[in-house]
Amino acid sequence: MTVAVGRRVADWAPAAVVLVAFFGLWEGIVKGFHIQRFLLPAPDAIWHAFRSNQPALWHEGWFTFQEALGGFAIGCGVAIVFAIVVARWEGLGSALMPYTIAANAIPIIAFAPITNAWFNPLNKTSKMVIAAVLCFFPVFVNVVRGLRSVKPEQLELMRSYAVGELTVFRLVRVPTALPFFFTALRVASVLAMIGAIVGEYYGGSLDSLGANIEQDASLFQFEKAWAEIAIACIFGIGFYLAVALVERFATRWQPRMDTAGTS
Amino acid sequence: MVRAAGVGQGARRAGLLLLVLAVLWGAWEGFRALGVHYHWQHPFPVDSTSMPHIHDMLRALFEHPNAASPLLIVTLLKAAAFTAKEAALGFAMGTVGGFVIGAALAHSRMLQRGFLPYVVASQTVPILAIAPMVVIWFGSQHVTAWVSVAVIASYLTFFPVAIATLRGLHAADHRALELMRSYAAGTWTVLWKLRFPTALPYLFSALKISATASIVGAIIGESPSSIQGGLGGAILNFAQYYTFQPQNLWATNLIAALLGIAFFLVVVLAEKIVVRAAPENVA
Amino acid sequence: MTNVVEIQGVSKQFKGGTVALQDIDLQIEQGEFVSLIGPSGCGKSTLLRIIGDLIEPSRGTVAVNGKSARQARRDHDYGIVFQDAVLYNWRTVAKNVALPLELAGWPRERRQQRVEEMLDLVELRGFGDHHPWQLSGGMQQRVSIARALSFEPALLLMDEPFGALDEMTRERLNAELLQIWEASGATIVFVTHSIAEAVFLSTRVVVMSPRPGRVSKVIPIELAQPRTAETREDPRFFELATEVREALHFGGQVEVIA
Repeated sequence: MTVAVGRRVADWAPAAVVLVAFFGLWEGIVKGFHIQRFLLPAPDAIWHAFRSNQPALWHEGWFTFQEALGGFAIGCGVAIVFAIVVARWEGLGSALMPYTIAANAIPIIAFAPITNAWFNPLNKTSKMVIAAVLCFFPVFVNVVRGLRSVKPEQLELMRSYAVGELTVFRLVRVPTALPFFFTALRVASVLAMIGAIVGEYYGGSLDSLGANIEQDASLFQFEKAWAEIAIACIFGIGFYLAVALVERFATRWQPRMDTAGTS
Repeated sequence: MVRAAGVGQGARRAGLLLLVLAVLWGAWEGFRALGVHYHWQHPFPVDSTSMPHIHDMLRALFEHPNAASPLLIVTLLKAAAFTAKEAALGFAMGTVGGFVIGAALAHSRMLQRGFLPYVVASQTVPILAIAPMVVIWFGSQHVTAWVSVAVIASYLTFFPVAIATLRGLHAADHRALELMRSYAAGTWTVLWKLRFPTALPYLFSALKISATASIVGAIIGESPSSIQGGLGGAILNFAQYYTFQPQNLWATNLIAALLGIAFFLVVVLAEKIVVRAAPENVA
Repeated sequence: MTNVVEIQGVSKQFKGGTVALQDIDLQIEQGEFVSLIGPSGCGKSTLLRIIGDLIEPSRGTVAVNGKSARQARRDHDYGIVFQDAVLYNWRTVAKNVALPLELAGWPRERRQQRVEEMLDLVELRGFGDHHPWQLSGGMQQRVSIARALSFEPALLLMDEPFGALDEMTRERLNAELLQIWEASGATIVFVTHSIAEAVFLSTRVVVMSPRPGRVSKVIPIELAQPRTAETREDPRFFELATEVREALHFGGQVEVIA
C-alpha cells in the first residue's frame, strides 16, 4: 500500500478537506461544548504549547527517533541475514516458519522492563532492542517470501547459462525480493518509532518523548502532552514517507498499475 | 494408510517442537554459562539477575512471590484471564470497526482519498500515550476501567482489519464480477456472495496480526490506568522488584507470551473452520 | 555431417514412479528444424530439458555438439526459449538481451554491438530502452529469442514459445522465426502442441505419445523452402498435417489396446 505521493490535485483535495474539517470540528466541539481542558484541549491550545516548547520538543523527538532508527537498522539487518539463510535451505525454512509466526504473536513490548534491566534505562540501547525485535518479524517473513517467489523458469534459464548460485542470487532473487522487502520496511518504520516511545514509557531518559508524555500527562499538562504526541506523529510519518520515497526510487522499474502492460 | 501417515506427521511435528524448545533452552543456558564464567559485560552484564536460569523461572511459577499471595501461577492466570477479557472485547470492537471503515473506503473512491492517509497516519500516533486520558474520560462517563483498556486495544486492532478489508473487497476477479452482472445481481448480493468470500483470506491474515495487537494494547493500556488486575499491572509490579526476584518478571512474560500465542491460535482455528482450507503460512 | 544432438536409449522416471520417457533414440543433424509434438504427458518438454541438461536422464546418453550435455551447457552451446518470456522487469530490453553476454564477461562495447545485431534480427530495433512490461506478448517473446541467440549458439531449444499468443501473432512469428533460422544457421528443436505450426516450421516432425513417453513416428517434411503464407495453402501441406494427425491418434490408440 503506497502513500500516494499524489500526482493530481484531485488526489490530494479530499484528504486536505478532511484535515481542515477535522480540526475545525475539534475546535468547534471543544469550545462549543466547553469540554474541560483536562479531557481534550482545543487545537489552538495545543498549537500554542507546541510553539512555546519547540526547541525542547524537537530535541526530545530527535532523541527518540535515534532509538527508533537504531532499532530499525539492527532489526532489519538481522532479519535480512536470517531470511537469506532460511530461504537458502528450504527444509529449514518450512520447519521454522510456524515458530516464527508464533514468536510474532508474543507481545514484545512486555519485555521492555527487562531490556531496561539489562541496559541502563536512560541508555538508548534499551529501547533500540525493543524496536529491533519489533522490526525483525515483518522484514524476516516478507524477505523470505520474496526470495522464494522466483519463478522456476527463471531458475531454469539461469541454469542454462551455467552460472554460480551467488550470481543467481544477485541477479534474480534480490530484485524479485525487493518489492516485498520494501513493504515490510514501511511497516517496520512505524513499528520502530512506536516501540521506542512505548519502551520509554516503562522508564526512559527525560530527554525522550515517551518519558515526557507520561510525565506531562500525569501532571495534567495535557496541551504539552498532545504537542509531544504531535511531534511523535511528525517523526513517525516522516520516517514512513522517507522509506516510501526510497522504495519509489529503488523499484522505479516496477510496472505501474495505470500503465497498460501485457504479460 | 492415510491415518498412519497423519499420526506419523503429528509425531514428527511434536518432535520438531521439542527439538526447537530444547535448542532455545540450550542456547539460553549456554550463553548464560559462558557469560557468567567469562564475566561478559557486552551486550549487557550477564549474571543471575539479568539471565536467571530457565528452571528458576519455571519454578517461580509454583512458588509464592511473598508470604501473603497465592502461588504465582494462580495470580498470573487470573491476570491473564483479565487481560484476555479486555483484549477480546477490544479485538471484537476493532474488527467490526475496521471492517466497517474498510468497506466504506472500498465503496467510495472519494472517501478513500479523503480518509485513507489518516487511517494510515493514525497508527503513528502512540495511542498508548493518550491512554490515561482515555481512561479518565471513560471514567467520567461511568464506564468501568477495563472497558477503556478494551477501547485502547481496539485502536490497535482496527487498522490491519481496515486495510485488509479494503484490499480484499477490491480483489475480486473482474471476470467473476462480469458474471455477477450477467445474473443481474444487486450490489448487496455481489458484496455478500463474491466480494466478501474473496476478501476472507486477506481478512484472516489481518486478524492474526490483530490478535497479537489486541493483547499488546490491553497489556500496555493497563499500565497508565494503574489497573492491577491484569498482566500489564503484574509486569509493572514485578519490574519494580526485578533486582530481587528477576525470575518473577520472566515468569510473567512467559505467561504473557503464551497468552499472545493462544489468541493467535484461536484465530487460526477460526480460519480453519470458516475457510475450511489450510491457513496461509504467512503473517 | 556431424549430429548436433545425439540421443541414445534415454529414459526418465520421476520420483513417485511416473515414466516420463522410455528408450528414446533421436539424431538431429546440423541445420535441421525438428519439432516435438504430442499430447500432454508424452514427455516432449522433459526431453527438451534433458537435451539442455536441465534434467538428468535416468538412463541413456545425450551428446550435444559432440560433447556431453553438461559440457555443452557449460560451454553455452545452446540458447533456450520458454513459453513464458522470462524477462526481467528491472532491466531494459537491451539489458535483458545482454544478460548471457554479461554473465560470460564480454566487454561492454562488444556486448552493445551484439545486442544491436540481435534486436535487428528480431525486428525490434529502437526498443532497446523499453521495459518488458511496455511490450506486447509477441514482442516479449521476440526479445526472449534475441537473448537466446545472442551467443550465436549452434542449437536453439524452444518450449512452446508461441503457445500463449493469439493465432495471427503466432503465424507471423512463425514466419519470422524461419527467417531468423535461415539468417543464423542454428539448429532448432521446437516443442509444440500445434500440428499446423509443426508442419509449417519443421524439416522433420517427431510425434510422441504418452504413458510411457516415447517416439511413435518421425515424419520428414519436404515442403519447399523458404516457406511462406502460400505454403499453408499447398495441398501437400494438408497431406502432411493429416499424416501427423493420424500419427498422434494412432499413438493414442496403441495405448488403449495395451
